Amino acid sequence: MRAAALSVAAVLLLLIAGCTAGGGDRGTDADGTIRLRFLSLAWQKESVDANKALVAEWNAAHPRVRVEYVQGSWDSVHDQLLTSFEGGEAPDLIHDASDDLADFAYAGYLADLRPLLSARLRADIPEESWRTTTVGDGVYGVPFLQEPRLIMANRTLLRQAGVRIPTAEQPWTWAEFRQVARDLTASMRKKSGGGGGDGENGGGKGKYAVAWPLKEPVSVSLNLGLSAGGRLFHRGPGPDGKVAIRFGDADAVVPGTIRAMARTDRTASPETLASGGSDILPGFFAGTYAMVPLGFSYRQQIAQQAPEGFDWTVLPAPAGDGGLAQGVSPQTLSVAEDSPHKKEAAAFLDFFLQPRSTVRLALGDWMLPTSATALTDPALHTEEFGWATGTAVARRLRPAPAQSVRGYPEWKDKVATPAFQEYYSGAIDTEELRRRLETDGNRVLARYQRD
Amino acid sequence: MSAFRGRGPARAGQYAALLAYLAFLVFPFLWLVSAAFKPARELGAPHPTWIPQDPTLDNFRQALEEQPLLRAAGNSLIAAVAAALLAVAVATPLAYVLARHRSRLTAAATGWVVVSQAFPLVLLIIPLFLILKNLHLVDTRTGLVLVYLVWSLPFALWMLTGYVRAVPRELEEAAAVDGAGRLRTLVSVTAPLLAPGLVATALFAFVTAWNEFFFALVLLKSPENQTLPVVLTHFLGAEGAADLGPLAAAAFLATLPSLVVFAVIQRKITGGMAAGAVKA
Repeated sequence: MRAAALSVAAVLLLLIAGCTAGGGDRGTDADGTIRLRFLSLAWQKESVDANKALVAEWNAAHPRVRVEYVQGSWDSVHDQLLTSFEGGEAPDLIHDASDDLADFAYAGYLADLRPLLSARLRADIPEESWRTTTVGDGVYGVPFLQEPRLIMANRTLLRQAGVRIPTAEQPWTWAEFRQVARDLTASMRKKSGGGGGDGENGGGKGKYAVAWPLKEPVSVSLNLGLSAGGRLFHRGPGPDGKVAIRFGDADAVVPGTIRAMARTDRTASPETLASGGSDILPGFFAGTYAMVPLGFSYRQQIAQQAPEGFDWTVLPAPAGDGGLAQGVSPQTLSVAEDSPHKKEAAAFLDFFLQPRSTVRLALGDWMLPTSATALTDPALHTEEFGWATGTAVARRLRPAPAQSVRGYPEWKDKVATPAFQEYYSGAIDTEELRRRLETDGNRVLARYQRD
Repeated sequence: MSAFRGRGPARAGQYAALLAYLAFLVFPFLWLVSAAFKPARELGAPHPTWIPQDPTLDNFRQALEEQPLLRAAGNSLIAAVAAALLAVAVATPLAYVLARHRSRLTAAATGWVVVSQAFPLVLLIIPLFLILKNLHLVDTRTGLVLVYLVWSLPFALWMLTGYVRAVPRELEEAAAVDGAGRLRTLVSVTAPLLAPGLVATALFAFVTAWNEFFFALVLLKSPENQTLPVVLTHFLGAEGAADLGPLAAAAFLATLPSLVVFAVIQRKITGGMAAGAVKA
């Protein structure tokens, strides 16, 4: 009923609006001062402070081009931006994630940055990262921060089990990871009185080597799947570049391992498969789980919340035929197509993403910079909080498999998420997972790829 | 006699169910209060306690330092009070017409009010945004209040219609016999009897506007205009990550005005609701 009332009000207001609509030189003051609006999604204190400080530095050095910092929220940025784009009121500078850009770019809401970006910025970010923001022939965002998924581990429990501690140079294979989980689980259950085995009857009941937080199973399965050579999305060779889904043996390695750990080996907690990252941290601190695969930025929560004396470390994710590769969707900065001051906005981006500034932003967000120069900063190579492990895997990061695939959000929500959830819960087998992802999935993508 | 004997256990069961329901309702709030006073390490404790072991005000300090909560609360208060007053002012005469003059038109209007609940909000936000933009009302409190007014109006209308019907028509007829005109009757006879309903309706509109998030997010661009629910999301990161302590502290502060308003006028609301429910 509210919606109907709004629609009636909308019609009435539209009639009034016809009389009052007017133009104007948007974003420019009477004295010629240019004003740019910068929608930032920074949310952690250090990150917000770094963002605001950089904006203040720019404004101090550029009195004729003022940037206004506007804080947004990850939770609702897509809807907020969509409405703003449709209404012609989009911010000039937009902070978002690369996997959100494709639909906006196809709709013409974002400016192609190729003629605007400085040579320095183009050269400082690896081509792999630029691919995450390339849609067709255009580049619609500057990827500047990225977050691999790593394993946060209880070092005490690993030592007690006597398992090999992996490094970026010598990571676990997926098969080794599964065996380590068995050894670790047995050690944990034995130590707590379970007597080994699956621990179902002893005091070690409920102890697991791993807790996979798979509340959002698609990105984990696909992004880590790259390490085993999985691709899932195959772009055709023709000029139309149509994408098809094929779930091959390599695509099944990571999901199959996770499922086997939870269902067959009983080395991964089945209860946490539906949990979010923050939900499993108390169990991690309590020694219920020895390892939790999480995004790199979760280190901040662990550093803040872990009990005194909790000895934890950061390990690379297991490797397969694809090595340590994994998919990421970097955070990006874009310029709105509607902005009347694209050149000035690009100049701000160049200033904002100087290597030293990028390091500040990365430290504030507990993430990794895409900038090759920033990645060499000593502050990002300390052993403390696993920074060194993160930077070691940074050059193996690849665009997330679904990057720039039209229809991916619908495929993810309607097909892939329920399919993976049922697969991990044991309700369906690999063949059924394959059928759903391919048959149902390609049907969804086909709707977006009609000429 | 047997019926009397059975009443004890039945009543005990009713009380137990009521207590369980109240516990269910109050649990999130108590957890919020508890979390607001806990340091970070206690928030991540494997065995959480209701009472903070080492209570701290740091979360409140951090929340107030990091985000302009007071300014945002002021914006929310202005928008919610204005929307509530306007909703009551506009809905009252409309509700009177719907309650007192039954015709096909009023029946259709009432039916439309009910049916239109099903429309999804997202369909309207873009045209509404465009219209407000043309009126230069995007990023203004006035625009937001207008939207809140039309947003809360149908339900307010529905509520008030029930309250008007609860006022005996005979009282108005008696006033008319005594020579009072329609306006005089409305002001002197009907309105005082409607007072509890007006308060309850205003409170509904206030709470709706106070808690509203999506319109405020989309319509307000400038940081200085943002309302409390929008600012609260600034404590949230991607994929559900949250700065839990300051978020709990800020959310606790955000609930206080609603609680105060409820506490102050609780008696009137209860009376008003009962009147509307029984006689509608």
